[in-house]
Amino acid sequence: MDSALIPEGVKRCSFTQFAIWILVLGGLIAWGVLAGLIVLFKGLNVTGLNDYFGFGLWITADLGVIALGAGAFFTGFLTYIIGKKELKEIINLAVIIGFICYSGAMLVLVLDIGQPLRAWFSYWHPNVHSMLTEVIFCITCYFMVLTIEYLPLILENRQLDKIRGIHFFSHNLHEIMALFAATGTFLSFFHQGSLGGMYGVLFGRPFAFREGFFIWPWTFFLFIASAIASGPSLTILVCYLVQEVTKKKLVRKEVLWELARISGCLLAFYMVVKLVDTWYWAYVYAPSKGLTLSTFYKAPYGLWLLFAEVGLCGIIPAIMLLIPKVRQDDIWMLTACFLNCAGCLINRFVFTVQTLAAPVLPFDRWELYVPTWQEWAPTVALIAYGGLLISLSYRYLPVFPKERELNPID
Amino acid sequence: MTEQTTSGIRYGMVIDLDKCTGCMACAVACQQENNVSFREDESDKLRSITWLEMFYLNNGKTYPEHRQAYLPRPCQHCDSAHDSPYTFVCPVNATKRDEENGLVNQIPVRCIGCRYCMAACPYHARYFNWWDTKWPKPMGEMLTPDVSPRMRGVVEKCTMCVHRLQLAMDKAFLEGRKELHEGEYVPACVEACPAKAMFFGNLHDPESQVAKLKKSPNAFQLLKKLKTEPKIYYMSSQDWIRKLADNVI
Repeated sequence: MDSALIPEGVKRCSFTQFAIWILVLGGLIAWGVLAGLIVLFKGLNVTGLNDYFGFGLWITADLGVIALGAGAFFTGFLTYIIGKKELKEIINLAVIIGFICYSGAMLVLVLDIGQPLRAWFSYWHPNVHSMLTEVIFCITCYFMVLTIEYLPLILENRQLDKIRGIHFFSHNLHEIMALFAATGTFLSFFHQGSLGGMYGVLFGRPFAFREGFFIWPWTFFLFIASAIASGPSLTILVCYLVQEVTKKKLVRKEVLWELARISGCLLAFYMVVKLVDTWYWAYVYAPSKGLTLSTFYKAPYGLWLLFAEVGLCGIIPAIMLLIPKVRQDDIWMLTACFLNCAGCLINRFVFTVQTLAAPVLPFDRWELYVPTWQEWAPTVALIAYGGLLISLSYRYLPVFPKERELNPID
Repeated sequence: MTEQTTSGIRYGMVIDLDKCTGCMACAVACQQENNVSFREDESDKLRSITWLEMFYLNNGKTYPEHRQAYLPRPCQHCDSAHDSPYTFVCPVNATKRDEENGLVNQIPVRCIGCRYCMAACPYHARYFNWWDTKWPKPMGEMLTPDVSPRMRGVVEKCTMCVHRLQLAMDKAFLEGRKELHEGEYVPACVEACPAKAMFFGNLHDPESQVAKLKKSPNAFQLLKKLKTEPKIYYMSSQDWIRKLADNVI
């Protein structure tokens, strides 16, 4: 039924099958939209947020997807700036993932702020001293870059490509893609860092505060490191998922192994700096404020979070991805990539929720944050939205340049 | 103290915890004076708007060594160098410290409700409007005309009754003066305290009562180690209370 839209030389599942899949995703998205409308009309009181937890699931999810979406800029950097041309097999997917992550994060943010209609104040009345201002501007600009990077792929749809002007336009965009890759790298470096900086500058919250270099707390650099370490891992995971669902080989194993090796190297580097930072914060900075490591942890926000983030989801996957025999085994590589991404998400959760849970005043108390379904629904919808965009892109756009070569049709 | 003092005025408070009975007249006066909204069911204390919050302290011992005290906590109007912990984080300049008098302002019509300032404040002095304000009749007719009510989705906090400062300055101007006399500008909480436990004035005026009281060996600030430089000083002769002011290993 939609065969005219499907790229030439490749096979896709039946339209009925695809439609059912899209309906399932659409249902999840609709659930999220419903929850969003309830939040917008009734107010944020329908969430589990309160005056102790001004940030919760949505900010954790936003920071998490933006960190994991770093695969887009970093793969672009590796492909166009460093010159790893083999990564061109996966760069389109990485860009789509980045687009999903950033657009999804911005949509969830509309729900999270108390006055969404005033969101434009951030651009018109910016506070130049605020890390959040930098984040807002950088993410907006980078989203434009992602849109420009996604556009040529959309214009390469079989029917659109027939139009001479569109073909000419998309071909020329491809030629200057390195410029956008460089711009994207520059912008991403700063907003990934500023997201970390947002917590590191909170000198009223010793759990999150870090000293640093000039105006940049160490969390600025740590967040960049964790983003570029885990972003490529998500790209690998999504690629495998698409291959598994479509029962096709879409990217050569050697390319995935190379991306996994790079992810492992970056994760190992991040683990070294993270351990040094954690040690200094726990044994030098915190005691200077009259606090010990144990004062920052109380069930359910216990020390297990630290061991999970740094140990199980940090050091272990780093070692796995660095050993060739391990990373070249599908199951172990996927496990390592999953743990890597999980570690990044734990880190974002810890900085967002645990920072607020840990009392600062000696006579203050620990509180527990429990998100409501109105918070879960848009978060799940964000993932479903990602599935929708990847499904539509895979079906109608030439996302994987090597697909025809790796899956010849008899 | 801030490097940016321009006028030699730094309004602050001293609260004598040995005199405070925990009656909360200060909190009620604040609520009334500043049109602070409330709901029928205020049992969820994590969503109650209490610009002046009363903390209950005890020494953790049993009878006969058990001791307890009450600590009223308004916004600390932090005077840390360059910026208070939350004024530099606000993306839209909805909260700024007025360097003419040291008060940290909150501008509800500018606030986008991102709640970053709430994350930054270690004293829990900032409150978010989780609901639309609904005043039961006829309370909507009894609002203080000098204080704008806030709408859903914005942050609010103690302003040290800055509208009273404005009224006092207007009065002084009409009388041909620029300076205010001590006691001419007093927040509602200080005015309401029946135990005379709260003192307010210019911390930089060596003749003011607050400037003298803050030099007492019994005076302390909350979380001094964080270098937030709060302008609310507390006093207590009880050692266990002073120890609760900051974290100690």
